Amino acid sequence: MNDEVRVTVTVNGRRREARVEPRRLLVDFLRHDLGLTGTHIGCEQGVCGACTVLLDGRTARSCLHFAVAVDGSDIRTVEDLASLDELHPIQEMFHRKHALQCGFCTPGFLLTTVELLERTAEPDEGAIREALMNNVCRCTGYANIVDAVAEAAVELRRRKPA
Amino acid sequence: MKPAPFSFVAPESLDEVVQALAEHGDDAQILAGGQSLVPLMNLRLARPEVVVSINRCHELDYIRLVDDRLVVGALVRQIDAETSPLVQAECPLLAKALPHVGLPATRNRGTVCGSLAHCDPLAELPAVALALDAELVLTSAAGERRVPADDFFLTEMTTCIEPGEVVAAVALARQDPSERSALHEVSNGGHAFPVGGVALRWATVDGVCTMARIAAFGVGSVAQRLGDAEKALVGSDLGPEAIAAAVAAARAEVNPTGDIHADADYRRHLVGVLLERGLLEGEAP
Repeated sequence: MNDEVRVTVTVNGRRREARVEPRRLLVDFLRHDLGLTGTHIGCEQGVCGACTVLLDGRTARSCLHFAVAVDGSDIRTVEDLASLDELHPIQEMFHRKHALQCGFCTPGFLLTTVELLERTAEPDEGAIREALMNNVCRCTGYANIVDAVAEAAVELRRRKPA
Repeated sequence: MKPAPFSFVAPESLDEVVQALAEHGDDAQILAGGQSLVPLMNLRLARPEVVVSINRCHELDYIRLVDDRLVVGALVRQIDAETSPLVQAECPLLAKALPHVGLPATRNRGTVCGSLAHCDPLAELPAVALALDAELVLTSAAGERRVPADDFFLTEMTTCIEPGEVVAAVALARQDPSERSALHEVSNGGHAFPVGGVALRWATVDGVCTMARIAAFGVGSVAQRLGDAEKALVGSDLGPEAIAAAVAAARAEVNPTGDIHADADYRRHLVGVLLERGLLEGEAP
């Protein structure tokens, strides 16, 4: 039953594949098999949201999926956000608003924010706080994260061609 | 922790799923959204030998009207049911309940039927199924049987699903446009598990209550129909005396336990408070 199986996914626009045991969690597949260590692993039981990725365009906890079960999926991780010389506007606002301290939870918060702002261009504070329920931060007290998301929404609207 | 080793199959049709279940029997475990199962496997509280994923069975990804029922297939994600115009129009109680379920990211993957099969005593959806006179469609190699929700949920994490069976769909009563419904719960924080909740719907004709369904969750080992409270309402004018009688009946028929989140007396009291709140504030669908 330990037989390895081939898993092929698209990660950040690139086709990637590896042979893994069926029990390989998606988060470990990304980190250990594909070397994408931007996705962090926290609680391993779906509570903290540090391992959040976009799975077929929607936030998902990568510790709650087996790689084999998402074979063929499209996955987006935090590595997709910044270019070599420029932060993504959401990352830029997290930086400016001091929305992180230790930064461990940040990759998950960023992907949750990407999903929110792709669905809702002008979220109010209630919608931001509702979306951020996905993720636990033990440093910031959340106020700065809420501010950063609100500012990122403004910045993304400003950049969007009319 | 990491899950124990298992073998994995992902059939592409319901027929193949039930064949796999027939082959592996008790050793097999259905994987749908995995938002309850995978944490249990990571903690090694569940160690299935064979995981049978239904995520490639696209034939199970449907929401459709069949006669007087709204049928939700086993692969319908909670988020898709939540935003479905059909669900909002035909089963507004389900649409109201879904935003309370888990978290946005778990609703993106978790399924309606998976939550019913999991049968967590704190979960909203089993109570919604009871209040909507649901029938669970259970399919096996031997065929199909339909089980009323009243007979489906047995106790904590335990349903009447037999080895070899899979929940293929849930068929919910379509709510009449004149019905009212509500779901209220209390939890110790935004999206924490509830310490108790009530799902209800009711109908009136000329000011007299003609139908009531009330189900509680989080206040016992399993979601529970509150039949005595329903009886106190039907035939009444839903005035203060009738509501007081229903509240007293509801408190008498639950048997909650205490834990770190709330003691038993609090939960018993809470059921009455939430029932009253629902009856007074329940919006017309």
